[in-house]
This record gives sequence, structure tokens and C-alpha cells, in this order.
Amino acid sequence: MASKIVTFTLNGHETEVLVKPLTTLAKALREKLGSTATKCGCYEGNCGSCTVIVNGEPVLSCILPVEEVEGQSVLTLEGITPPEGLHPLQQAFHENFAVQCGFCTPGMLMISKALLDKNPHPTRAEITEALSGNLCRCTGYDPIIAAVQQVAAGNNGNQGGTHE
Amino acid sequence: MSEQSLNVVGQSVLRRDGLSHVTGKTLYIDDIQFPDMLYLKMVRSPLHHARIQGIDFSEAEKVPGFVRAFTYKDVPKNIYTILCLIGVGPDEEPVLAEKEVLFKGEQIAAIVAQSEEAAIEAAARVKLDLEELPAVFDVEEALKPGAPILKPWGTNYFVYEGHHCRRVRFGNIEEGFAKADFIVEGCYEPKPIEHAPLETTGCVAKPEANGRITVYTNTQALYFSMDNTALILQVPFNKLHFVGGTVGGAFGGKVDVIVEPIASLAAMHTGHPVKYLYTREEEFHVSSTRVAYRIYFKDGVTKDGRIVARQVTSYADSGAYNRHTPYAATKHAANISGPYAIPNVHIDVHCVYTNRVPTSAMRGFGVTSASFATELQMDKIARTVGMDPYEIRLLNAYRNGDMRPYQKVVSDATLVEVIKSAAEMVNHPLGKRFQAMTSWDRPNSPAQPEPVSAEKRS
Repeated sequence: MASKIVTFTLNGHETEVLVKPLTTLAKALREKLGSTATKCGCYEGNCGSCTVIVNGEPVLSCILPVEEVEGQSVLTLEGITPPEGLHPLQQAFHENFAVQCGFCTPGMLMISKALLDKNPHPTRAEITEALSGNLCRCTGYDPIIAAVQQVAAGNNGNQGGTHE
Repeated sequence: MSEQSLNVVGQSVLRRDGLSHVTGKTLYIDDIQFPDMLYLKMVRSPLHHARIQGIDFSEAEKVPGFVRAFTYKDVPKNIYTILCLIGVGPDEEPVLAEKEVLFKGEQIAAIVAQSEEAAIEAAARVKLDLEELPAVFDVEEALKPGAPILKPWGTNYFVYEGHHCRRVRFGNIEEGFAKADFIVEGCYEPKPIEHAPLETTGCVAKPEANGRITVYTNTQALYFSMDNTALILQVPFNKLHFVGGTVGGAFGGKVDVIVEPIASLAAMHTGHPVKYLYTREEEFHVSSTRVAYRIYFKDGVTKDGRIVARQVTSYADSGAYNRHTPYAATKHAANISGPYAIPNVHIDVHCVYTNRVPTSAMRGFGVTSASFATELQMDKIARTVGMDPYEIRLLNAYRNGDMRPYQKVVSDATLVEVIKSAAEMVNHPLGKRFQAMTSWDRPNSPAQPEPVSAEKRS
């Protein structure tokens, strides 16, 4: 089957990518667009590392065909990182040692952002529920939850990334 | 030095790599790409134990994008053992299987192609002609007469300096049992555990214009991997440049040298960068696990709770090959008597080969499993004697100056203090004589045997 061009908004920028049928969003981001902040730990939708936000909803980019995001708005970790300094979630993850090997971190940050965008003041149970599809094998869940709680505590309802 | 002048001690110091991780700028192996990069996929054994009669690549070669296949014949020094670097031998694991495969998932042939999809397709089209052989999966079955023999030296066990197992002998075990009021036996079986790091095992090997190979790898053991790769490829060490340090989780699962030698060989022969990264399925099926053990205890205990004899027979399941397990079993043998002063100790730890996936390092390997079994056994002894589990440990805890069964004098014991603190933290009451104990002296007790001092044993 022939390759096709898929057009979508990536971190606020109109983006075109030429892909073979069934190419996943994760592969398109990582291998075609050089956007490697999105990690893939399993390539089968189990670990959550590849979480990105499409039209405000968290999705597993490793099992989503990129054709599905035609005309949609995709936000990755690169998109929430300001030109200087850090997004409050990034800052809180760094300061709370919510990072060990770092591999799950991009997915954890994106799922946390998706949560706070919808629910700026989640309970601990709501945070745990939101993060439950994202694996951390360094077993550092508590500092991750603490980081999200810290951001939520200081939340004035304006948790937007740089491209929203 | 006053505390005020310390800028790190007592402070929370942010991670050096934290900013890189939270911005997603850290490059893991799968993030490394080169425009002319090739992908390596492995043809693996579908059987636990088999003789290789033939390999047919003809259909694989027809796959568009197929570049090359590699077999053991392409590997300069195909048989190795990782720990040869610290004197462990003989070599016994093939980089690529030769005449026989010993576990399901064993590497038989490497396929290199221009895309990952082509490599997967070509590897799937390789036809293996295998004659299935009887397999053994249990450590004790593997040591029985008539078990299928897996090693060229004619047995299914690692040989420790001429002995069939790693042995520790201390005091006189029979005299110890004669003094005991109770014999407490137990069998413990810590199972294999997959580390399941979020980043799977992998590397990219890139040939450079100056004839060197740059290997980007997520190994935990960079120089171990480089040295083993140099030996396998039979090239001087300075032909290899290993780049590492970024490891997306490992927990001991990335100390084996499996992906680097074959990726480097493929890079040398094709002139292209080659990526060999396990799929999640491979990580689960073929990467080493924690060593499984079957551990038998027979302890002699006096009625006031003093352990006077400990006999342990333990079987480490190495799986099909050594990896790090002979070393793990030695650490296991040293630690299985526990942090306790036991005057008579007799330990046999067998490092056994089976047709299971090889086992290797994981977090305190050899020791964690020993501690697990020892502490369950201590609880069992406490119940048998009718003593408090804290107090029986305090009574038997090693003290500074004690001789360990493997002939080292204890000089850094704090176990008594740790147990007392733990009891305090959970409000567990201790008897007066136990509260008075320290790691520096033994309490007088009528039934307390003479401390096992370094002087008396030397």
C-alpha cells in the first residue's frame, strides 16, 4: 500500500508527515518528526510511556494509527516545555525526585497534565486513578503523586502549556 | 568540620540528570537513529532443548530489504562466559547456537535488514530443522542419573575449584546437632523474577571511518560489555568505543553481554549502524531473570533459642548458561547462614543447569534469596522454641569480633542496634536482658555457648 501524507497540529505547529499505512503516532513522532521525548516501553499499549494529549485527551500513541490524528491537535512533552525554565509539573517532578531512570517520566508528565487540565484540584485517589495506566519500574510512584499534588495545591486554574 | 560548612551532607541534592529526564531530552537507545541504520532481529529456538540439523535462509533472503544473515560461523570466538573477566570458566555460552539449543528463545541466527519490519519478516521466514531432545526444568531432577546432560563436561553443574558445589564448612555439624534440643527443618523456593525495565535491552553499533565501532548501549556494565565484545570479536579493545550511562531501568537485568557482540559484528560486516533492541516480548521471554533457588535448611537449636548448628543444601537454577549465576551462588553460600553467630555450619550450594532461560543478576543477587529463606527459617525457629521473633534474633545476632563461617572476622556489626530500633519504632516490647544487648558484647547466659572468636578458630 502506498504511503500517504497526514496533516495535524503538533505542539501548535501545522505538521505534515509521510507515512506507510498503520504507522503509529508514536513511530511518526519519534522516527519521522524527531520528536523523541515521547518514549515507547512496550509498543503494545501497556506501559503508558508513550502518552501524549490529542485534543485534550490522553492517548497511547504507540497503538494509535497516525491517520487517526488527521486534522487534530497533538501535544507532546516538547510542547509543554517552555523555551526557558520548566512547566510547573516538570519543576515539581524534578524537585520531588519523581524521576529515577527517567523513561516513564514523559508519559507520567503528560497523563498528569491531562488530569490537571480537566481537574485542577484532584484528590490523591483521583491522581492515583489517572496515573494507574502508567508504569514506573523504579517503583517511584509516591514521589510522582507528591509532585502532582504539589502542583495541584498551587494551582490557580491556569495550568496551560505553551501551545494551547 | 562543623555541620554548617557542609553543602551536600544533610542537603537534598537535585539529580544531575533530572532536567534532561523531565524535558524528555535524555536519549535512550531507541531514540538513537542514523539515516543508514539497519535493524537486527534474532531467529530464536522454539524448543527448550534441540539439536540443530539445518537452517534455511532462502525464503528470508527474498524479503525486500533483507541485507544479511549471521550464524555462529561468522563469530570469531563464539563460545564465551561473561565472568571470564574475573576468572570464571570454562567458556560455555554461544553468541549464536552451534549444534544444539538449550533453552526456548535461544539465539540461533541474526537477520539484518533495512527496516525493522523487513528484519521481523525475514527472521520469521527462516526455516529451522530441529530435532527435539528431552529437556529438564527442575534443579534436583537435573542432578539425577539419567537426566539429559547439557554441558560438554558431562554434568549439569558448575564446578567450583574441583568441587561439585560451593561449600562452606565451619565447626563440626554433627557435634552441633548433638547439642540441640530441637531440629528445625524448612524448604524455601524463591522464584525467578523478570526485572521488566521500562526500556528494553538494546544497543546501536556504528562503524566509524577510522575502523573503530562506536557502541551506544544501555548496559549497566559498560566495560564488562566492551571487554567481552572485544574477546568475542577478537579485536583489540581500542577498536571499540562504548558509550553508555543512560539506562532506562535495569535492576540487574542489563549486566549480561548479549546484544553488543552480535550488533557490533553486524556493523563490522555491513558497514552500517545496526540497532538490536529487544521487543517487550523478548525482554520477558529471553532476558535473564533473578536466580530461582530451592533451599533446604536443617537447624539444631537449644531450648533457650540458641542456634548451634545450621546445615543448608541449596540449588541455584542457572538456567541454560552461566551468566552471573556461579558468582551469585557463591555469594548465596556466604550469606545463607545469615547475620547470626552459629558455631557449626555446613553449606552446599549447587549451581545447576536446566533447560530454562538463563538466570543472572538482580538486586543483591544470591544474597536477597538467602535473606528471604534465612529470615523465614528464623521465624520458624522462634515458633518452635516458643520465643519472641525479635529476641531470638538478638540472641543469635553476630557480634563484632565473631568469625563468619567463610572465615572473615566481623568488624562492622550493627544488627543488634538495628533490631532494637526496629522494635522501638513499632512499639514491640523487648525483655530487659535483650534491651541491654549491643553488637560489641555478648550477654552472659548459662546456655550461651562460648562466642566463636577469631582467636579460637584461627
